[in-house]
Order: sequence, then C-alpha cells, then structure tokens
Amino acid sequence: MSDTVENHLQTAPDEIAAVPVARLSPKQQLIARMRGHFGFKVGLIVLVTFTLVAILAPWIAPHDPYAQDLANRLVQPVWSEKGSWAHILGTDSLGRDYLSRLIYGAQISLVIGFSAMLISGLIGTVMGITAGYFGGRVDMVISFIILNRLSMPVVLVALAVVSLFGSSLIIVILVLGFLLWDRFAVVLRSATMQVRAIEYVAAAEVLGSPVRKILFRDILPNVSNHLLVVASIEMAHAILLEASLSFLGLGVQPPLPSWGLMVSEARPFMFFMPWLITIPGTAIFIVVLAINLLGDGLRDVTAPEGRN
Amino acid sequence: MLKYTVKRLGLALIVMLTVSIISFTLVRASGDIAIAVAGEGATDADIEAIRQQFGFDRPLVVQYFDWAGDVLTGDLGDSLFYREPVVQLLVERMPVTMTLGILSLGFAMLLAIPLGVLAAVFPNSIIDRICLGIAVLGQATPSFWFALLMILMFGVIWPVFPISGTDSWRHFIMPIIVLGYYVIPAIMRITRAGMIEVLESDYIRTAKAKGLNTHAVLFKHALRNAIIPVVSLLAVQLGFMLGGSVVVETIFSINGVGHLALLSIERSDFPMIQGIVLTLAILYILLTLFADILNGWLDPRIRIS
Repeated sequence: MSDTVENHLQTAPDEIAAVPVARLSPKQQLIARMRGHFGFKVGLIVLVTFTLVAILAPWIAPHDPYAQDLANRLVQPVWSEKGSWAHILGTDSLGRDYLSRLIYGAQISLVIGFSAMLISGLIGTVMGITAGYFGGRVDMVISFIILNRLSMPVVLVALAVVSLFGSSLIIVILVLGFLLWDRFAVVLRSATMQVRAIEYVAAAEVLGSPVRKILFRDILPNVSNHLLVVASIEMAHAILLEASLSFLGLGVQPPLPSWGLMVSEARPFMFFMPWLITIPGTAIFIVVLAINLLGDGLRDVTAPEGRN
Repeated sequence: MLKYTVKRLGLALIVMLTVSIISFTLVRASGDIAIAVAGEGATDADIEAIRQQFGFDRPLVVQYFDWAGDVLTGDLGDSLFYREPVVQLLVERMPVTMTLGILSLGFAMLLAIPLGVLAAVFPNSIIDRICLGIAVLGQATPSFWFALLMILMFGVIWPVFPISGTDSWRHFIMPIIVLGYYVIPAIMRITRAGMIEVLESDYIRTAKAKGLNTHAVLFKHALRNAIIPVVSLLAVQLGFMLGGSVVVETIFSINGVGHLALLSIERSDFPMIQGIVLTLAILYILLTLFADILNGWLDPRIRIS
C-alpha cells in the first residue's frame, strides 16, 4: 500500500519514456507520495478530525461536561434498550453526559500530547544536533546525559515527580516534556553525524559560515524528516503516558474529563456497564493509532529509499 | 575483550553514581521531608525534633554522602509506612516482579521471534502485513485499558482465569499477556530487520548456493547472526518492563515492587520511593551492561569500535 507510487515509477519505465511527462518538483513528488500512502492519509484525516472536535468542543458537545445530574446516573447509551437520544453515550456515575466528557477529553489528550512533544522535542533536538555536530567531548557529555536519562524508569519517575509537585495539567505536561526527550536526542544525534559528513557542510565551514547558520541552514532542514517522525512517536507516547498517570490517579485531576481518568472512574462499574471503560479507551486507542500511522507514513514518504 | 569490558564497567559505575544523586535530590527537592516523616497532626516542635534526629538540618551534600554510604552497605533506610527496612521489603517483593517480567519476556519472544523471521522470509506478504498490524495496534493500546479488557473478556464474559492475586500459575496468565504484549512489536521489528539484512549477505548466498536446505540456512546460519541485536534489546526491554509493572501489578493486585511503588508514592513514603527508583535504575544499568558485554562477545566488531 505504501509503495504504490514508487512501484508505478519503477515498473513502467518504458511507458514513462514514451509518453511526454511533466517532471515533478520534489515538493510535488512528496505530495504525490503522501496521497498514495494509505496509512498517512487515514492518520492525517483522523487526527485532523480529533483536533477539530477538540477545538469545537464548546459548540458540538450536547451538554456541559461538568454538570452533574444525580437523578440520571449511569444512563445507558442510545443503542441499548434503556438508552435515549438525550444522552447518546449515556451518563457516568455522577450523571454527567458521557459524550460531552469524551469530546472535552480530546482537548486534554491533544494539548498534553502536543505540548509535551514540543518541550521534549526542543530539549532533545538541541542535545542531539549539538552532540552530532560538535562530536568529541561535547558528544561524550551529551551521550552520558542520555544514558542517565535512559536508566531512569519513566513511569515511576513521572509518578513520583507528579506526586511530589502536585498534579495539574501544567505539571503533567512539564514532567512528560522533561522525560521524553531521549529518543529525539538519540535519533537526531546520529542523523546529524550523517549529514555532517556530507561535503556541503564542509564547504559551508570552509566558506566561513557561522556555526549557528550551518546548524539552522544546513543541518536542521536535512534532519527534519527524522525530527517529524520522532515527534509523532513521542506525541503518541505522551498521550498514552498521560492516560496511564491519570488512570493511576496521579495525572490530570477530577473533575477534568481526561480519558484515562474516565476509565479509572468507571472501573467500579465495568462488570455491569462495560461501555463505560470501552468508550474512553477506544478514544485513546484511535487517536494514538492515528498519530502512529501518520508518523510511519511520514517516514515512508520522506525517505522512500530507506524503507524496510 | 577485557579492555572493552573494563571500559563498559567503568561507564556503568559512573552512571550508577549519577542516578543515585538524581534519585536522592529528586526526593529532597520536593519540600520539607521532616513534615512528611512527622505525619499529620505533628506540632512544630515534633517536626524540629525529627529534623535533628534524622539530620535533615545538615547541608544536602553531607546528607547525600551519608545516605550513599548507607546504600553501599546495603542500608536504604526504613519505610515510613511499614516501619521496616526498605531492603527487606524489596527482597520480599522483587521475586514476584522479576518472575512476572521474565515470563512476560519469554512469552513475547516465543511469539515475536518466529513472527519476525517469517515476516523477513516473506517480506510484503500477508504474514508480514499481519505482523505489522499487530505491532501498530499494540503500540496504540493503553496497557491499563488492555488489562481491563482482558479482565472483562477472560474474567467475566468467559471466566477462565482468576482476575487478581498470585495464588497459582493461572493467576499469572493475564498479567503475562498484558505485559508481554508491549514488547512484541519491538522484538518483532528488530528480528525482521536483522533477518532481512543477514539474508541479503554473501555468506547466506554461499550457503544457499552450496545446496543447503532452507531450514539449515535460516536457523543455523541466518538467525544466529540476526539475533545479536535482539539480545541487547531484550535486556533493555526487561528494564522497561520492571517500570511498566506498576500498572499491571496494580490492576491485577499483584504484590510486587510495581504495586508497592504506587502505594509508596500515594503514602509519601520517601525512603521506599527512593529505594525502588534506585533499585530499578541499577537493575536497568546492569542489564544493559550485561547485554553490551554479551554483544561484544558475540560480535567482535562491536568491541573494536
């Protein structure tokens, strides 16, 4: 599925030679590959949909996600016999509309995933590019820092720090941001080393370009495909971790509608009302799957020669 | 080989030292520990007395060396909740967690290595696509949710396995599947990539050319070399699993280190938290050290570079 465009180009050289074809610019080639990539398209469409849902939450949510209605506790979803269209996905144990909480939950997941990814991306990219470009002692020190970070168990450290500093949205974002930079650093370090060995970097150095300019003009654009792939992986990772922390009670705090927290709150009722845990869990699953598909797709379309 | 081992060992020791400083400062930076030790309802005088008794009024560096000295003699302090030595509690809880981790890893290998080999032998086939599918779906499923779904499925709808505790081997089945599932994609990918690379190499072509059957080529020649990167991955993954056991142990009510860690965090039992973080970090460092040395021994090219 991913290589349809490539296959066409490879398997039909005669036809291409025979028919006058306008040459595609690199940008057009990239767009053509994106269009031909099933996973990339699906991932992008789903992620855009979730983002729109998150942004438009105040207008599309049928109810206030915080409004409790104790007379209407644990109402069943519309597809069950006792369900009604008033609460399409039913209500939770405090009588809050489940669909509205699910919709607002998209905001929390995406904001945390995106912000944590930005912070960790900034830290990891600076470390990786610095280590890869300067090498030697600088590389040794940064590699040592990476090694230390890798030795710390992420879930445990995140739990401990969140409990020490108190759990709030900001703390969760900061903790994840400062924990998940390792992959950025590792990948960008080796990518930068490869790019640094190419002649144009040496040429820029000989011509006397300032280091800052080389890093931003020559190195960064050429490692940006790796950066995007890792960014997608880490955003998905952050969303999963936030859900786990919230599930364990040390992430986003009630009454905020975090999907992980919704699963946790529904746990006492799961045996009789399994949808209370399957609905928010499926939401996490779909958004993480979409981001991963997008990331895999990005890797395929930006580096077609490096597949497998 | 000796030089490589010594070098690698030295690095591991320095990392251990840094990690010990981090786990020490992590807890100390959070606020006044004397208040946590004194517990609720303590007067200012009580807190001051505790501060002096435990030496919290001394400079941090002095406290660190004091603590590190104790750690070296195997003393991680006493748990504030259990009023027992942290080391003793760890020794009690570690076997369950290690058993769970090793069995999960075994389960993952049993599935992932054959699948990875098959995917490499038939690239872009149905098998390859299924493997990719398992990997993609697995990476998107939150572990706590997967565990709850397993409980719904095999504990309630079709009750074949007990849903909590560690009384029999049957109690371990669901936790092993949940914990092992997360390692499968990584092992599968590395096995597949390693096999594809090896299968394209000259000596495999030679082996095929001299008329060896496919079975001998695959398992005697190819897998043996393709498995090297998997070995180091396994050690790393076991380290991750010990961290990931927090969720699984909590959901399945297994009295291991992971569950203890969460409870200690909720109870602000700082000597316990410090002890667990340090132990897991050191285990991870030892595992990667072991993997690197094993790799250097299996593949001479590594120890030379």
